[in-house]
Amino acid sequence: MRQVELEVLRYNPETDREPHFQRYSVDCQEEWVVLDALNHVKETLDPTLSYRWSCHMAVCGSCGMMVNGEPKLACKAFLRDYQGVIRVEPLRHFPVERDLVTVIDDFIAKLASVKPYLIPRDKAPQASEYRQTPAQLKRYKQFTLCINCMLCYAACPEYGLIPKYLGPAAIALAHRWNRDSRDGGRDARQEEIAATEGAWECSFVGACSEVCPEHVDPAGAIQQVKIESTVDWYQEHLMPWLKK
Amino acid sequence: METISTDVAIVGAGGAGLRAALALAEAAPKLRIALISKVYPMRSHTCAAEGGAAGVIKPDDSLEHHFNDTVGGGDWLCDQDAVQYLVQEAPKELVQLEHWGCPWSREPDGSVAVRPFGGMKKERTWFAADKSGFHILHTLFQTSLQFPSIERFDEYYVTELLVEQGRCAGLVAIEMRSGQMRRFDARAVIIAGGGAGRMFPFTTNGAIKTGDGMALAYRAGVPLKDMEFVQYHPTGLPSTGTLLTEACRGEGGVLLNKNGRRFLQDYGMGPETPLGHPVLKTMELGPRDRVSQAFWHEQKKGNALPTRWGDAMLLDMRHLGEKTINERLPLVRDMSISYMGVDPVTDPVPVRPVVHYMMGGIHTDINAATSLPGLYAAGECACVSINGANRLGSNSLTELLVFGRRAALSALEFVGKNSARAASASLAENAQGRIRELMQRTGGKETVAGLRREMMQTMEEHAGIYRSGEGLAAACAKLGELRRRYRQIELHDKTNVYNTDFLQALELGSMLDCAEAVVQSAAARKESRGAHQRLDFPERDDRNFLRHSLASYDAGGPPRIGYRDVVITRSQPGVRDYSGGHE
Repeated sequence: MRQVELEVLRYNPETDREPHFQRYSVDCQEEWVVLDALNHVKETLDPTLSYRWSCHMAVCGSCGMMVNGEPKLACKAFLRDYQGVIRVEPLRHFPVERDLVTVIDDFIAKLASVKPYLIPRDKAPQASEYRQTPAQLKRYKQFTLCINCMLCYAACPEYGLIPKYLGPAAIALAHRWNRDSRDGGRDARQEEIAATEGAWECSFVGACSEVCPEHVDPAGAIQQVKIESTVDWYQEHLMPWLKK
Repeated sequence: METISTDVAIVGAGGAGLRAALALAEAAPKLRIALISKVYPMRSHTCAAEGGAAGVIKPDDSLEHHFNDTVGGGDWLCDQDAVQYLVQEAPKELVQLEHWGCPWSREPDGSVAVRPFGGMKKERTWFAADKSGFHILHTLFQTSLQFPSIERFDEYYVTELLVEQGRCAGLVAIEMRSGQMRRFDARAVIIAGGGAGRMFPFTTNGAIKTGDGMALAYRAGVPLKDMEFVQYHPTGLPSTGTLLTEACRGEGGVLLNKNGRRFLQDYGMGPETPLGHPVLKTMELGPRDRVSQAFWHEQKKGNALPTRWGDAMLLDMRHLGEKTINERLPLVRDMSISYMGVDPVTDPVPVRPVVHYMMGGIHTDINAATSLPGLYAAGECACVSINGANRLGSNSLTELLVFGRRAALSALEFVGKNSARAASASLAENAQGRIRELMQRTGGKETVAGLRREMMQTMEEHAGIYRSGEGLAAACAKLGELRRRYRQIELHDKTNVYNTDFLQALELGSMLDCAEAVVQSAAARKESRGAHQRLDFPERDDRNFLRHSLASYDAGGPPRIGYRDVVITRSQPGVRDYSGGHE
């Protein structure tokens, strides 16, 4: 057992003029994560505290929040890694809906905008699967692992400055489909991801990849997109005969 | 109250709900589809399914084998016409997902790979490493984004179905962001709301799995079927209940008691198979009910391993080697290290049985139709009776695809044949009144957290792996008491925006209804079958109980329990043989 001091950002648009911090002293088990501590608060100290969570195994992507200023999944932020007061805030760069709950409309719209679905290169085989070798799978597999937790948006300085920026997860997702051997939709997606607010906005700070709980490496995806877009440009302008 | 007019409303946007939406959008592009969920689609609990989805694809396998494994695995409580439909549609659905881009794991020649799973005679489980449900959910969600006819209502909680003159005519929901109520007029409704594992304190289920979909249909007069059959998954982490997929054993992991003995051989699942060479339908590849029950007996014998979170057994995967574990079971390794501090590459992982899945649910026929015209159900919330008394691992992901689509086709047919009929205004107003009363109630003595704790304790104590008449009677009495006390709940939080105190009160109401159906059905079933084991009636009793339980809602008291015959087409009840001696 360990006594943990949590300092949690509270904001209820109906009753609060502005956000404020509330302190809770919580009796915690050694192996708990921040989410367990929040649940303990909710259950025993303050039923009015609001936050999103579900799976408690880092796969549903609900419980992203700032823990001591860093974007974290609350279900994977272990108390053993923190000393002193633990400050918990809603994910940075998103409007606060209530307490730790953010408004994520912008992110959801961006996900949809990159056409994140298979645009078939060839007609699907009748009654059987497309062939895809393990090596072909490996080319894009890493980028399928995004759980849409938005930690990368909270970490991204560009997204903080330029809200129109498509952002790490959406670009990585477009890249995932572009690299899939079954897909032929790169041109259709390119308009969105190679635009001014697309990959070129990234200044390669790399914070997105550092905070990604699933090791998707969106920064790597963005750099690959930039290289491919550059190749596109040269092919189009200098070597038009090469363009398909 | 603002009214939203649609053709088909789908409640729940996990695997089954999304599959239904896609089937509707493809079949009838002009149809208006409202996809309503209390969470964003990718938060749905389908994402936590690990092992894979069963569908016959390899030349040495057959639909007959899949049928027989499923029916026997379900201890003959499956409806065999539904199982037939499942196994014949399964490969088509899994191929369809592949065509939508699901990153299934592959063989070197580029064909889809399959892995062995518990209770299955052949290798037929399609998988995407150990995040199969996650990839299925995200593939379905992302594919759905190309259909403008699918209008999403994310973070809307449905409080009631509107039933007008014996027909489901829509529903009423709360928009979480504003706290405002919305009325949905729909020509048909599909419920795909998931399971109810959160009735129990120790479960693999995420916080959202509170039986809301089941409760909606139940209160509208549709019976809940076979609710006493609750699946314990044998291998959850003792600290958090986090699931370690059956694929751990499919890949060759073994279960040990504290003496290092592979104890399943002592419970009719032996003889011991050579390490690293798992044999299908034998030892660690027995069905979940049998393996969980074997652990219970080991515990009674004092052979369990004590941990600070209670008794456990050991899941030993060391002989698989780091490469296989990283390729096939990366999530398992990550979870074991994160939440238990044990690396399966170097050490056996303590595990114990944990509540995982509801075999029972909303009673539907083979077409996913309920007894209420215009209402359909699919996925874990439904009971189309392919799982019987015990579900085989990797049949549920298949089920939500096959019957999600089936529900959509049935709803489409219904919409084609029946003109729209709006519910009368008073229905929606009364529904709103009930919500307002809960929200504004003062002077109540009960709290959400308090009642929830008592419910969970009751379920853990009396509705677990082994049950007794005495314990179940106590549980029935307790849940009746909790049902009455629930009306005395007073919220701490009476504001409108994303009020989770309020949401949890509604979820608790759903769980209490489901829990009472579980214990009442269990008390009435005086036999042992599959996941329902009675210490006082240890034998299966086909003469009296080869039939489905139906719990019907009664607003003033416990449910009425009735029965319905099992559909048997070609497999007569027999012995479930998981010994190495089977053919």
